[in-house]
Parts: sequence; structure tokens; C-alpha cells
Amino acid sequence: MPVFSFNDTLLLATALFSVGLAGVLVRRNMVFMLMSLDIMLNATALVFVGAGARWHDATGQVMFVLILALAAVETAVGLAIIVCLHGRGRPTLDADTGNLMEG
Amino acid sequence: MHTLALLAAGVALVGAIMVITRRVAVHAVLYLVVTLLALAAVLVMLGASFAAMLEIIIYAGAIMVLFVFVIMMLNLGQTDSAREKQWLRPRAWCGPGILATIVCAELLYCLSPLSGPEPALTPVTAHDVGLSLFGRYVLVVELVSFLLLAGLVSAFYIGRNRAGGH
Repeated sequence: MPVFSFNDTLLLATALFSVGLAGVLVRRNMVFMLMSLDIMLNATALVFVGAGARWHDATGQVMFVLILALAAVETAVGLAIIVCLHGRGRPTLDADTGNLMEG
Repeated sequence: MHTLALLAAGVALVGAIMVITRRVAVHAVLYLVVTLLALAAVLVMLGASFAAMLEIIIYAGAIMVLFVFVIMMLNLGQTDSAREKQWLRPRAWCGPGILATIVCAELLYCLSPLSGPEPALTPVTAHDVGLSLFGRYVLVVELVSFLLLAGLVSAFYIGRNRAGGH
């Protein structure tokens, strides 16, 4: 039984997206940047689900499932890159030092 | 009932703020798990129980376990650069924060469509989602399988270099 209104959903998603964006801008540690990206993806997925409930359309939850798959792939590849950079003996996980892949 | 909704939304927001201000990565991961569970509660209140279950299983289960494993492998400890400490001081984000708050307040004040009567939300069941996903959007499911394959191959390739180096 929905007790949230669509406005509350939009406000919460905007606040969450702003927090995630601030995290990506402020933190330089790559693990924290990935976590902030996950927060932003969750905010957008919340907007999709809220809009699907507002107009009674199942497409919103279909998009939620797609965003979930995208987040899983993005996290896996990002963490693999982090482990690869760390395995080369890089002392810090600062994002500004990782400008060479050397793959 | 509305109190419960506000509580879940507040827990999600406070947890997200705690995620981006922690120094230790494991603490941030724990706060992120709390945030995701609160978001699952919000999704249940929106009438999307199926999406909430997926959120708990995949996000709070699988993706967070990935994060924890990688943090255990990296053995990060307390390795923060001096610049990040400087960023997290209140003196650094006080001015931009105040300006952003002013702009956000103006935006919320000017958004007239946000104020007005609106119809009640209607829950969308998993039955409708399944029919839509494998009926109209079956091509998108195949495209997602391509995306997952690309992610698998790239993660395998990146990890192979590291295994070959040792």
C-alpha cells in the first residue's frame, strides 16, 4: 500500500543524488568514488520506480532491473581496475594518479 | 504510516551522508548497506515489493560483498592522502555548501508543479513487471546479457594481467 507521494520520492531522490555527486567530487579515493556512484544510481532507480507507481506502468520497474544489472557490471569492472592498480604496487588509491592503464 | 516513510527516507539520507564522510572504507561500506536497506523499505512503501527484494538481494547482498572482498584484499587501513583530509575540513566546504543551499532553496521555491493535488500511487505487481519485461522489452534483456558478457570479459582480462605479473 503506497504511503509515499511522488513529490516525496522526487525530493528524496534529488537529495540522494546530490549527496552522491558531492561524494564523487570531494573524495579522491577510488573505492569511495565507486560507492558514491552506487548512491547516484540508486537515486535514479528510485525516480524510475516512483514514476512507474505514479502512472501505473511496469516500465519503471523494468528500468530498475536494467539499472541493477548496469550497477553490477560497473562495480565489478571498477573494482577489478582498482585491484589491478593496487597489484602494481601503487601505494595510494588516489584517482588522479591512475591516468595510465599500461594494459 | 507517514512517520514510517519519513523515518526510512531520513535513515537513507543520513546513511548516504555518513558514507561520503567516513575515513575508513569498511565503515563506509556498512553505512552503505544501511542506506540500501532503508531504500528497500522506501520501495516497499511505493508498492514495488519485487524491486525491494531485488535491491536487498543484489545490491545489499552481492555488490556489497564485492566491495568488502576488495577492501579486504587491498588492506587499505588508514591510507588517506593529505589533500582528502583538507577537503573534508568544514572550512573547505562551508562556502560552497551555503551557496548550493541558497540555489537549492530557490529551485524548490520556484518549482510550482511540485505543489498541488496529486493522485494516489498505485502499486505495480511483479506479475505486470514480468509480462512487460519478457513481452515488450525482451530485446533489452538480450542487450543486458551482452552488457554482462562484456563486463565479465573485461574483468577477466584486467585480472589476468595481475595474475600473470606475479
